Amino acid sequence: MTLAGAASLADPAQIILKQEEALIRRLCDGENEVFYQLIRPYERRVYATAFAVLRNEADAEEVAQEAFLKAFKHIRQFRGEARFSTWLLHITVNEARMRRRKNHAEVMEAMVDYQDDQGTYIPRDFADWREIPSETLERHEIRQKLAEALESLTQKYREVFVLRDMQHVSIEDTAKALGITTASVKTRLLRARLMLRDLLAPGLGGDWISRPHFAKGSKPW
Amino acid sequence: MVVNCEHVWREITDYLEGEVDPVLGTAMEEHIRECKRCSAVLQGTRNVVELFGDERALEIPLGFSQRLHRRLEAQMPQRRGGAFGWMVAFAAAGLLIAGLAIGRSSAFSQPPMRSEHAAPAVRLPSDLMVVVYDDGKTFHRPGCDVIHDKAHARMIPASEAMRQGFVPCVRCMKEYSGARANLRDLIDQDRYEIAEALERR
Repeated sequence: MTLAGAASLADPAQIILKQEEALIRRLCDGENEVFYQLIRPYERRVYATAFAVLRNEADAEEVAQEAFLKAFKHIRQFRGEARFSTWLLHITVNEARMRRRKNHAEVMEAMVDYQDDQGTYIPRDFADWREIPSETLERHEIRQKLAEALESLTQKYREVFVLRDMQHVSIEDTAKALGITTASVKTRLLRARLMLRDLLAPGLGGDWISRPHFAKGSKPW
Repeated sequence: MVVNCEHVWREITDYLEGEVDPVLGTAMEEHIRECKRCSAVLQGTRNVVELFGDERALEIPLGFSQRLHRRLEAQMPQRRGGAFGWMVAFAAAGLLIAGLAIGRSSAFSQPPMRSEHAAPAVRLPSDLMVVVYDDGKTFHRPGCDVIHDKAHARMIPASEAMRQGFVPCVRCMKEYSGARANLRDLIDQDRYEIAEALERR
């Protein structure tokens, strides 16, 4: 074995790919039960992707199930040109978008949504947002604020942000899953991050963390 | 290389991804050190990436995985089992087809329970008066040729004749014959061949 070959085999990503290829072969040979093993690492990601499009837990769960079933039924059509996870996410995005159209949700938004905004996004001028320890995520109200901020993004930004920054899908795979260019992924990701920063910085920068909220005019004592 | 705020904001994603050209990266760092706004933007964007990148930022519904597996199990075909499995499948299909065929055949359809002569009457007017005689098993219209024992004949209501177990005469009261009614029912059920056979009898 060459040094390059040994290095590539030692690469965890390559090992996972090889394992997935073997599982897919077994699945195509009729060992249906290996499908659970194949999808286990992606269950969360598929749900999150569906949720990014639909913003509704029940719909997202149903669409995630549909996407897995579709992947199972069409596994023989998977040619290995993309990673299995990318193919699965592509199915999920399509299923979720179809469901969204079926629900007639925000039809007008969907028609204009997919064009990239031109020009530079100008972030709001806040004082420094001090570093947030990840322990704050234990607090329900912080998670709630993050969810609200995420929901307020339009779909094209939310999809990219959830895949790239929340599910850690590579820029190339995000582009493939969403059917857009890597340049569009980067543009949307930039805007999504800056918009979320603008939405969250005032609260997370101090208001929500250190100071309790009181109704206007009331006193805590 | 000198960069301004707008330039920094445009490149901030690539900067965080570590994908900017080293010369541009150095220029950005120099600018950010001097610019409070850009420093705040960079820090805020980093915080966004860090917070949302945490698994806890998106809660998966409780029991999601179990429900998914249950649905997959319900809709997944059983494992294919080679030649023996195919044989079993063919045998099962054969049995199913045979069962359906038998179920549709005349042997298992509802046959007339009695001969035409013994079939009980149907749709008989209750006030109709009929003739019966003690040794007979049928009831008749008055004047029917089949009445042999005319000395012991008596008139009773048709309903009473039926209650006593008499059946309609196939000659004079065939419109009330149960056998014929069965025939009509069979025709209704598309059992035309059977009906035809009975009719010939």
